[in-house]
Amino acid sequence: MAITLNVNGEDRQVEADEETPLLWVLRDNLRLTGTKFGCGIAQCGACTVHVNGQPRRSCVTPVGSLEGQEVTTIEGVSGPSADAVREAWARFDTPQCGYCQSGQVMTAAALLDRNPKPSADDVNNAFEGNICRCATYARIRRAVADAAEKLEG
Amino acid sequence: MAGFDMPRATRRDFLAGAGGLVIAVALPLRSRAQNANAAPFEPNAFIRVGDDNVVTVLIKHIEFGQGPWTGLATLVADEMDADWDQVRAEHAPSNPQLYINSAFGIQGTGGSTAMATSYDIMRKAGAAARAMIVSAAAKAWDAPAAEIVVEKGVLSHAGSGKSATFGELAEAAAQETAPENPVLKTPDQFVYIGKEGASKLDTGMKSTGEAKFSLDVYRENMATAVVAHPEIFGATASSFDDSAVRAIPGVIDVKQIGSGVAVYGENTYAALKGRKALSIEWDLSGAETRSSEDIAEECIAAVKEIGAVANSAGAVEDAFSNAETILQAEYVFPYLAHAPMEPLDGVIERRADGGVEVWMGSQLQTGDHNVLAQGCGLEMGQVSLNTMLAGGSFGRRAQPTSHFAAELAEAFMALGGERPVKLMWTREDDIRGGYYRPLTAHRLRGGVDADGNIVAWDQTIAAQSFLAGSAFEGLIQNGIDATMVEGAREIPYAVPNFRVSAHIVNNPVSTLWWRSVGHTHTGYAVETFIDELLEAAGKDPVEGRLAMMGEAHSRLAATLRKAASMADWQASRPAGRALGVASVESFGSYVTQVAEVSMQRDMPRVHKVWCAVDCGIAVNPEVVKAQMEGGIGYGLSAILFNELELEEGGAVRQSNFHDYRSLKLSEMPEVEVAIIASEEAPTGVGEPGTPPIGPAVANAMRRLTGKAVRRPPFIRSLTA
Repeated sequence: MAITLNVNGEDRQVEADEETPLLWVLRDNLRLTGTKFGCGIAQCGACTVHVNGQPRRSCVTPVGSLEGQEVTTIEGVSGPSADAVREAWARFDTPQCGYCQSGQVMTAAALLDRNPKPSADDVNNAFEGNICRCATYARIRRAVADAAEKLEG
Repeated sequence: MAGFDMPRATRRDFLAGAGGLVIAVALPLRSRAQNANAAPFEPNAFIRVGDDNVVTVLIKHIEFGQGPWTGLATLVADEMDADWDQVRAEHAPSNPQLYINSAFGIQGTGGSTAMATSYDIMRKAGAAARAMIVSAAAKAWDAPAAEIVVEKGVLSHAGSGKSATFGELAEAAAQETAPENPVLKTPDQFVYIGKEGASKLDTGMKSTGEAKFSLDVYRENMATAVVAHPEIFGATASSFDDSAVRAIPGVIDVKQIGSGVAVYGENTYAALKGRKALSIEWDLSGAETRSSEDIAEECIAAVKEIGAVANSAGAVEDAFSNAETILQAEYVFPYLAHAPMEPLDGVIERRADGGVEVWMGSQLQTGDHNVLAQGCGLEMGQVSLNTMLAGGSFGRRAQPTSHFAAELAEAFMALGGERPVKLMWTREDDIRGGYYRPLTAHRLRGGVDADGNIVAWDQTIAAQSFLAGSAFEGLIQNGIDATMVEGAREIPYAVPNFRVSAHIVNNPVSTLWWRSVGHTHTGYAVETFIDELLEAAGKDPVEGRLAMMGEAHSRLAATLRKAASMADWQASRPAGRALGVASVESFGSYVTQVAEVSMQRDMPRVHKVWCAVDCGIAVNPEVVKAQMEGGIGYGLSAILFNELELEEGGAVRQSNFHDYRSLKLSEMPEVEVAIIASEEAPTGVGEPGTPPIGPAVANAMRRLTGKAVRRPPFIRSLTA
C-alpha cells in the first residue's frame, strides 16, 4: 500500500506492506542507511529515530502506524541539542566501530531536547535501551555531560 | 555448517609467514588502475597525494573500532610531516602481494597485530613519500634538498623564499624515484606519534550516519537473502516446504544451499517474512544433540587426567608431596558469542567483464577472497573484494574457514549468479549460529610450603580446538593448540615446580577466537587462583604478585605498581566495597586492572577500574585509552552475564540481546587509564584490555563474600 510519511521535513510516499518495520522502509525504500539494524526486537537501540520528536525503535514500528507522522533520522536531525551532541562526540572521539552511534546520537539529542540538564540517573535511564558492544559508554557519558554544559552556555 | 579450507599453497604460505615476511614499501601500484580515485602522486601502495592536497592513506587492516585507520595514518602523517587536517584513510583493496600481514602470511587483521606489524612499514612509506616530494621541490626551486623544510604539509626554502603544498608538488614528485631506505625520524622528532593531535579520522562520519557498512551497500536490482540455518549444530536440511513462502509478496525465490535454506526477497522485510514461513525437515544424524552441560562434564572429566604437556619445570608431584598447603580448583568457562553490533553481512555483484565485486567486512581478506573466487568458479584475479567498515568483530569476522564468504558466494550462485545479492544474518543467526568461544574447563592445583612460598603449580585445560582443520592448523603442535594454553603455558610468577597440559575435545559445535582468545579463560583461571594461593600463603595480592614476578616480568610489574598506586591499594575503602587486582600480558602488551566492587543483590557492582597499560610506544594515546575502556566493558559484559547454553537435544537456548545480555551504560564503571611511558616498539591494544577485568572483579568479590566464582558468568550463581 502507499503510505505518506514526513521524513526529515519532507513528505515521502512509500509503497510497502503496512506491517513493514519503519527501519526497512527507511533503508530499503528511502536509502537512509544511517539508521542501523542490530536486533529487530527493540533491545539494542541501533535503529533509534525520532517520531514527532520522541525516540522510537524503528525496527518494531510498523510503517502503517506512521501515516502523516514526522520521522527524523540521523541524516536529518538538527538543532542546538543535535549540534552540541555531535561536537561533544568529536571532542571525546566517542565512536569505535560506530555501528550503534547513530542510535546513541539520536538518544542523546532527544534527551537534551527535553531535559537540558540531565542528572547521572537521567542519562542512565535515557540510554537503558542503547547497547554499545565496543563499550564506548564512558565517553558517551562524558560527551553528554559536555554537550549539556555547552548548551547551558 | 558449510565451509571451505584454504587450498594447500595458501596453507603453506601461512606457516611460512609465521617467521615474518618483509614487504617492500616502494612497490609500484599498477594494480590500482581499477581505482577511480587515482591521484597524481602514488609513491607506494599506502599513500595517494591528490592535487587537491589531500593525503589518503590506504589501510591494509579492517577498521571495526580498534583504530587502525587513525593509527596507521598517524605513522604516515608523522613521517611525511603532513598536516593532520589533510589526512584521510580508506581501506586498501584485497591484495596479498601488497598488503600482507607479516604475522599471518596473508592479508588480514587479528591478534592485535595491526600496529605492531605496520609500525616500520607505514613509517617507511611516509618517509619515502616525503623524500620524493622534497626532491621534486629541490629540482623545481634549484635548491639543495637539505635546506628544504617540511612542516604541516607545506615545503619551504628560506634562501629563495619559495614554498609549496604537497598537492602543488604531487605531479612533480611522481617523477621521482622512491628511496629504498628512507631516513626515519627519531622519537624526539615525532609530531603526532605519542601525542594528542591526531584525532580519529572516522569520528565525524560515525556521528552523522555517513559511515558506510556492508549493510548500507545497495546495488541496482539487488535481492536480499537470509538463510534458515539448522537449530542444532551438525544438522542438515533433508527437505523443505516453501509453498507458504512463495505466496508472500516480494519473495523472489527459495534455494537450498550448504548451510541451510536461502530465502530471497525484493526487500529485507519480504526475505525475513519468507524465512519465517519456511518449513524444514532436518537430518540430525551428524548433529550434536548433547546439552552444553553434557559437554562441560566431558571437559571436566578430561581435566582430571594430565593432558599433552605444554610446559613443565622441576618435579611437580614431589613438590605437592612436600607442600604444607594444597589448593585445588576446577573452572568451567561457557560458550560465548561475540555479538558484534552489525551481524555478518555482505553484497556480491556480477561485473560486466564476468568477474564479481564483493563488499564485506572481511577480516582475513586473502582467505575470503580465495573462497569467494572458488564459490563463483573464478580466479582470484576476477574477484574484487572491497573491505567495508564493520560494526565490531571481536574475532567473529576472522574466519579461518571463510564460512560467511562461502555462504555469500553460494547464495549468489544459487540464485543464478547474475542478480546482485545482499546476504544478511539477523541477531538470532548471530547468537545461535555458532563460532563461539569454546567451552573450556581448567583444573588447577597449587602447593604452598611451610615458609609461605608457592612451590608447585599444575594446570590442565580441556576445550575444543578451532584451529584443527583450518588454515591455522600449524599452530597446533604435539597435541597442543597454542591458542588454548596461551596465558597458562607461561605465567608471570616464578614457581619452581610447574606443569601445564591440555586436552582437545571434539564435537560439531563450531568455535572461534573471541577477543583476547585463550587469555579470556587462562587470564581468569591464573589470576584468580594465584590470588587464592597468595592468601593461603599470607601474602598481599599486590606485594605477593610483585615478589613472584621479579625482574623477568618487569614491564608487567610496572603496570601492577602503577595501577595499585592509582587505586591507592592500601587505603581503606568505603563500607561494603573491596578492591581486586589482575595482571595479564597478552599479545605483547602488559595490562593491570584494579577494580572497586560492592555487592548488590548478590551481583557485583563495579564502581571504578584503574588500568595501567604498557604497549610500547603509544602511537595514539587516546585510542589506547579507548581500547582499554572498551576491553574492560566487553570483558565485564561477558563475565557478568554471558553464557550460551545448549539445551537437551542441542538447540541453543539464547537468541537475542534480551537473553544474551549486554552491559549497559548504567553498568559501565568509571575507568581511569595510565599509559606507561616506553620507547619499545608498539604492540596491540585491541585485545589486551579484556583479560584482566574478569579476574580483578572476581578477586574483589571473593574478598567481599568469601566465595570464589569458578563457573562464570557471575549471574549464574543467582540462578544455579
